[in-house]
Amino acid sequence: MSETDAAWIDAALTSARPQAVGALLRYFRDLDTAEEAFQNASLRALKSWPQNGPPREPAAWLIMVGRNAAIDEVRRSRKQQPLPEDDQAISDLGDAEEQIAERLDGSHYRDDILRLMFICCHPDLPPTQQIALALRIVSGLSVKQIARAFLVSEAAMEQRITRAKARVADANVPFETPGAVERSERLAAVAAMIYLIFNEGYSASGDTADIRKPLSEEAIRLARLLLRLFPSEPEIMGLTALLLLQHARADARFDAQGALILLEDQDRMLWNQKLIVEGLALIDKAMRHRRSGPYQIQAAVAALHSRAPRPEDTDWQQIDLLYGALELMQPSPVVTLNRAVAVSKVKGAQAALDMIEPLAPKLANYFHFFGVRGAFLMQLGRNDEARVAFDRAIALANTSAEAAHIRMHLDRLMRDSKPPGKTAGN
Amino acid sequence: MLYAILCYHDEDFVGSWSKEQDAAVMKKLAAVQEKLAREGRLGPVARLLPTTAATTLRKENPPLVLDGPYAETKEQLLGFYLIDCKNLDEALDVAKDLGAANPGGAYEIRPVGTFVPGGAVK
Repeated sequence: MSETDAAWIDAALTSARPQAVGALLRYFRDLDTAEEAFQNASLRALKSWPQNGPPREPAAWLIMVGRNAAIDEVRRSRKQQPLPEDDQAISDLGDAEEQIAERLDGSHYRDDILRLMFICCHPDLPPTQQIALALRIVSGLSVKQIARAFLVSEAAMEQRITRAKARVADANVPFETPGAVERSERLAAVAAMIYLIFNEGYSASGDTADIRKPLSEEAIRLARLLLRLFPSEPEIMGLTALLLLQHARADARFDAQGALILLEDQDRMLWNQKLIVEGLALIDKAMRHRRSGPYQIQAAVAALHSRAPRPEDTDWQQIDLLYGALELMQPSPVVTLNRAVAVSKVKGAQAALDMIEPLAPKLANYFHFFGVRGAFLMQLGRNDEARVAFDRAIALANTSAEAAHIRMHLDRLMRDSKPPGKTAGN
Repeated sequence: MLYAILCYHDEDFVGSWSKEQDAAVMKKLAAVQEKLAREGRLGPVARLLPTTAATTLRKENPPLVLDGPYAETKEQLLGFYLIDCKNLDEALDVAKDLGAANPGGAYEIRPVGTFVPGGAVK
């Protein structure tokens, strides 16, 4: 098999996987059996495709072959006679494959993929397990790859995934075609899970960003897949736009030492224009529906940043309004904190500080609260108080990049306060 | 004579390429394009963004805007425009003007990802 063949088959298996495993899961109603069947079919594909040429519909081929292989397995394990027509399944595949391909064109299969994704979002599973399970089952990443992205040992990740699977198996997710309400509930859960995967990659610090970046890219692939299945859902457009617009800034977010660079200090030439154009097109599409939602609003904020050629061109007033809408929809101190940053640009640091003071009890252990508070105090020239806030932020930092970023502020405060009589602020 | 070459492929499959695979394919294509450009035979080349970013305008009265790519098979691709627009609404306005001038059928509106203006074609 040539290298081109291997790469081609690899891409074909990856792209067919959600659909094929989803259909096999509906058929066998058991995750392990479905996965094993797909695995078997993939092995046969590696043997058959280079010789016989690739099938017209790889997903249909894999479903067909996987199903036959699993049925054989079940019969064999029941200690019945070995089946003579073992390989017949492959030889007269043509018609059956076409039939399946036809059915895949229908709306049927989008529920298969949605169900497969939804199974990974069981509410009993902690977020890290949801993500690991989705990457294993839906994306087909190896345990080794997932372990690497999560910076844990392979054995630990294997255990995490096994535990998650056991829990999912007890959950009894229904296999009937879902109704409209159920479908939209599933869609919301899956969207949240995709956003978790993205953030797992996005929140990496500078030294691990390259290792974890594939997580963000995989989340974008899954979001596009979901959007293709549900092309008229504005929140899925919003989610996809949000991921694209945030990911577009990936190359500008860290300096050579791996320290975080704030949005307003980033080199905008490093932003990926292709991703931005796609994200902007999607948010434009979503807005036309006039059915706002949290992902759309966050994407709209990201779009305003993307549309500003320079930081001073940013439409902070509009961002303030958007966060205001998000506060109404999803009241949370973190949203208010984000809004305060916009308010500081529009009405000044004092107004912003007044806005976040009431959040203190709720965000007493939140890194960003103290980082933002310190920055407002610094702008007001209240350097001693700013230093206290920054010290607290460093103590709460989640990554070394976060801590390094705050230390930079502290250094500036030190520098500014050294010459006697000089005050900070500009 | 000018010929347009329209590119079709399975989007899921192309979307599963690694960045390296994608870059390798683009490099091979660029080699073919370079030769054509040297000969003064290459017009504009565009790589479109995914169909998930597409919107379709049915040229009815009033025009009907639909999410997603053009999906009917009973109509055929007869031509295309490349227009510089600030946003989707502006692109839809242009499409509506064109549609009023020539009703019937549909326009699919797709953002362009990569654009090579190409040399002058004689």
